[in-house]
Amino acid sequence: MEVNEQNIYKALELVMDPEIPVLNVLDLGMITSVTFSDKGVHVKMIPTFAACPAVELIRRNIHSVLQDYLHTEIIVEIDKTESWNSNRMTETAKQKLKDFGIAPPKVYNGEDYSEYFLGTTCPHCSSKDTYLRSPFGSTLCRAIHFCKDCGQVFEHFKPLD
Amino acid sequence: MINTTAINALLTAMADDALIQGHRNSEWTGLGPIMEEDIAFSSMAQDKIGHAWALYKIMQEELQGGDPDQFAFLRNEKDYKCCHFVEHPNGEYDFSLMRHFLFDHAEAIRYELLQQSSFQPLQPLAKKLKGEIKYHTLHANAWVSQLCRAGEESHARMQSALNTCFPLALGLFEPGGEAEEILIAEKVYPGEKAIKEIWLDKIYNILSVAGLNLPAEKDAEPVYGGRKGYHSIYLQPLLEEMGAVFRTDPAAIW
Repeated sequence: MEVNEQNIYKALELVMDPEIPVLNVLDLGMITSVTFSDKGVHVKMIPTFAACPAVELIRRNIHSVLQDYLHTEIIVEIDKTESWNSNRMTETAKQKLKDFGIAPPKVYNGEDYSEYFLGTTCPHCSSKDTYLRSPFGSTLCRAIHFCKDCGQVFEHFKPLD
Repeated sequence: MINTTAINALLTAMADDALIQGHRNSEWTGLGPIMEEDIAFSSMAQDKIGHAWALYKIMQEELQGGDPDQFAFLRNEKDYKCCHFVEHPNGEYDFSLMRHFLFDHAEAIRYELLQQSSFQPLQPLAKKLKGEIKYHTLHANAWVSQLCRAGEESHARMQSALNTCFPLALGLFEPGGEAEEILIAEKVYPGEKAIKEIWLDKIYNILSVAGLNLPAEKDAEPVYGGRKGYHSIYLQPLLEEMGAVFRTDPAAIW
């Protein structure tokens, strides 16, 4: 496989988030740059939440998937100049999340978070008659909601500023 | 060139507060009054310990500090700079919630202001942590207002928790003397007093809506000492427990 930008991005599509296995690192907006030097391919990434326990695993996965795909030296580093926010997530990612049963984050535009928890659309029945049960869920990036129409609890990928 | 000793003192205090508060939060894992609260305190524990780690990491990379794990677990008690407020045992749920409310609002303001720090490595981290801590204050606000509306006993207990917590919480803003003056002059941050003033305004508004009386600052005796390494009787036993596994083999790779 030729080592070029297109192929690197194609390979990055294969690196999935261990906690949400339908999303890859590009869907999540975790990759901040891909550059080349005589040492190899440099990939810079950012974690979603500062305390995300999966960061190191994702970093190693990017390394091994790219190495297998491109057979060249890969250097994966954490980008300290940028920080992740939920608006980095692509539209495709939001659709995949919804299909997976997790409500995607709304576009964050600087308001108080409480505004973002009113009427979160239920990923099961699409009702907006829902309420926030807890801003903390099974992983740091998820909140728990309840849908009054279908009577089910659902998770929501939290908007992050 | 910013004074390294002064900035180390500030970062150590912030990180140690987050580490110890994080450990206290984790003590609710499996014991919360309802499962969702178990999850909430456990998630906040994970966030806080992660925030402490990120600050220790900045100290390691930018200020010639040591390995974050070793620094977190192997110091002597007097080298920790956390305030007494976070050292106190969880007590009952009223105390834990009120501490969480007062502590997280102070952190949210601190990080909001640190986004403009002249110490560049702090800027992106402050932005990130501020966004995450908003969920902690959202959680705290919801419970404070809910429990204050839940009948006489509940309201009385929240008021009593506030009275107990307030002098301890003032210890979050213990004056840093000359080092703090340097940081203010260098525009690293606007100083403890400035953060405290914004904090008092912020919590006053929320507490008033909840029907609680914020004790007057002039009548409270702030509990200081932590930033200088003088701690409450609760820290040493906590450090022993917290580092017990780490100390069995500090060089182990997990």
